[in-house]
Amino acid sequence: MSSKPVKIALAGNPNSGKTTLFNSLTGLNQKIGNFPGVTVDKKTGKCILPNGREAILTDLPGTYSLYPKSIDESVTHKVLCNPADSDFPDIIVVVADGSNLKRNLLLATQIIDLKIPCILVLNMMDLVLKQKKQINIECLSQKLGIKVISMNARESKGILDLKTAVQEPLEKPAFSIYDIQLSSPDFSSDINALFKNSTNSAYSNYQLACNFKLSEEKEHESDIKTIAEIIHKHSFNEKQHQNDETLIRYKFISDLLFNCSSSEHLVEQNNFTSKADKILTHKIGGFLIFVGIMFLIFQTIFNLSVYPMQFIEWSFIQLSISVSSLMPPGILNSLIVDGVIAGLSGIMIFIPQIAFLFAFIGIMEDTGYMARVSFIMDRLMRKFGLNGKSVIPLLSGTACAIPAIMATRTIGNWKERMITIMVVPLISCSARIPVYTLLISLVIPSSKLLGIFNLQGIALLILYLIGFAGAIAAAFVFKLILKSKERSIFIMEMPVYRAPRWSSIGLTIFEKTKTFVFEAGKVIIAISIILWGLSSYGPSDDFAKIEQKYKKNPNATEVEEKMASDKLEASYAGRFGKAIEPAIKPLGFDWKIGIALITSFAAREVFVGTMATIYSVGDPDNTSSIRKKMSADTNTITGKKTYSRATGISLMVFFAFALQCMSTLAVTLRETKHWKWPLYQFLFMGAMAYVASFIVFNLFK
Amino acid sequence: MNNWRKLSDLKIGESAVIEEFSDDFLSLKFLEMGCLPGESITLERIAPMGDPIIVNVSGYLMTMRKSEAKTILVSYLGSA
Repeated sequence: MSSKPVKIALAGNPNSGKTTLFNSLTGLNQKIGNFPGVTVDKKTGKCILPNGREAILTDLPGTYSLYPKSIDESVTHKVLCNPADSDFPDIIVVVADGSNLKRNLLLATQIIDLKIPCILVLNMMDLVLKQKKQINIECLSQKLGIKVISMNARESKGILDLKTAVQEPLEKPAFSIYDIQLSSPDFSSDINALFKNSTNSAYSNYQLACNFKLSEEKEHESDIKTIAEIIHKHSFNEKQHQNDETLIRYKFISDLLFNCSSSEHLVEQNNFTSKADKILTHKIGGFLIFVGIMFLIFQTIFNLSVYPMQFIEWSFIQLSISVSSLMPPGILNSLIVDGVIAGLSGIMIFIPQIAFLFAFIGIMEDTGYMARVSFIMDRLMRKFGLNGKSVIPLLSGTACAIPAIMATRTIGNWKERMITIMVVPLISCSARIPVYTLLISLVIPSSKLLGIFNLQGIALLILYLIGFAGAIAAAFVFKLILKSKERSIFIMEMPVYRAPRWSSIGLTIFEKTKTFVFEAGKVIIAISIILWGLSSYGPSDDFAKIEQKYKKNPNATEVEEKMASDKLEASYAGRFGKAIEPAIKPLGFDWKIGIALITSFAAREVFVGTMATIYSVGDPDNTSSIRKKMSADTNTITGKKTYSRATGISLMVFFAFALQCMSTLAVTLRETKHWKWPLYQFLFMGAMAYVASFIVFNLFK
Repeated sequence: MNNWRKLSDLKIGESAVIEEFSDDFLSLKFLEMGCLPGESITLERIAPMGDPIIVNVSGYLMTMRKSEAKTILVSYLGSA
């Protein structure tokens, strides 16, 4: 049949089961990209229709109406209302929650009036049956003028019906439900005149005008001006019009449901949800359960991910050993082993922790618990300029700031979103763990406090807590600094509790982890190659001298390690380290730590590898030998130990606060679309780190 | 002018009928989410720190802050 794939857009309310439908249609054939110009995840996928034709599906962000109120929703508006958009669909599939039809049909009637061929999918019909409601599909289809398909999540029958329906030639919706030409004739005909070449309905012309106005794009500048003039000329009140339109649509929907469904008003309360809410949002119990769940999640993440992490680490060691022995020694060998493979290993090692964290967050969201967490935390978060919805990014931050910053998109309010982005990197992420582990084992004794609590464990807990405290404090300061007239809203649906859909969660984990690996991966590999260059090269004669010095005995491993250490000192990185020594001396750091501070900019865990090179430890994964050499190291001038307790603690505090992560800066830039935000973020976190380390060092000295 | 109350004044378990919105900015959002004049609305839960609240409206649960609930004017029905 036709070779050109058919473009299908999935639209619907949040919680309508849209994404689940998307997942079961496309399976693993999906990818997350970006909508042009905005930083909203664009999920597209492929599926083969029964007649062999290919369909390209786009999962649009969920929305309650076409009129957008957040960045996510404006994407839906842009794709559906602008025929020039590259994602403008051939067919729109509107997904509606059958158990809550009235509200779900509002968006459906707006989309019908856009006059793009569309199909209505009534989802969650199992729930409708349980409520003993009846919906006459045939009647709905006739009165809406479009095809309607009922779908039950537990059966695949609806999926096949849908696939068959989209391959047949679809007419544009038969009639309009709301006509702007009737309600505002003069205004509407001026707007129609503006788009005189289009064959669209008056309503879709009006929505296109709305879209131009919202987009503020340069290419539409003259149109936007004309639209403003038309609005002014007819003193067209947009807000009032949207209100009136919505009410007219609801009137239509009420009549429709009166004719086509039974007992719309006898909705049975969901008993399980109300009982569960009594416990999970209880005054005291609610908080306790939340803290308990968090504790359990972290325990599980850190205990379970040890094994896959060890396996990944081992695999990369094997890989670098075999690559370095297979290739002739030289620059290329060193570049691939110490630059590329080392960088790659630095990303892969975090996959287990990140996947586990996404799994838990996915379960919490899918069961409906996450909405309750936002509910019980909103009041508290608001005090610090945050929103109940900030809880999710802040929790994700314990795995990695990158997906966490991307998760702030659901926060509609600009100021609250900015504050959340700015403070998320203060939450101790998994990349800090190897650094903490090394330093704690170096300066904190493993004795027990009160006979039960391990001192080293307590130190780790304290580091996490100061991260949280730092984030809250910084948020409070930003709340006072940032100015915004935009109102903060916290109006959202509370989904009913239900069992998690494992296949859907599995797909989400896979997709998000993949995004993390590619997003962060690009930066980390690039930086690790640059750092490799900086630490492998230096002013030319210095390197030659070192090689000369060790020439006599080139085979002994110990000599080779010493030579590597000397070379690092002479390299550009080493020179940087020495150059910044005066600045970091008040914190108790020497030039060797200075090098590690610079190299750990690629990713914090690089600190450990750098220490291994500086202290000429052949095997960078042998932590105990790094520890031995570090603790034996003495300052050549003072003769005192380099890693006193004060220096160690100061360094840990520095790592807790400082933004030692290029990828975070890159993602902040991408999400805020202005370089000043990552710059502020870097500077304020750096200042916090410096001051805190200075205080701690002098306290413990 | 009439004996309407604010949604935020309801106690847990009390129901009312939505009459009017006092805030233009929020009214569209409320309408789109199914809070329509004439619809009955029940206060289900109040968050541990006294704010926000959960209400049951047109067959589903939604949450809003008290400051937002203040802008929904209701006529009192009684407790369920």
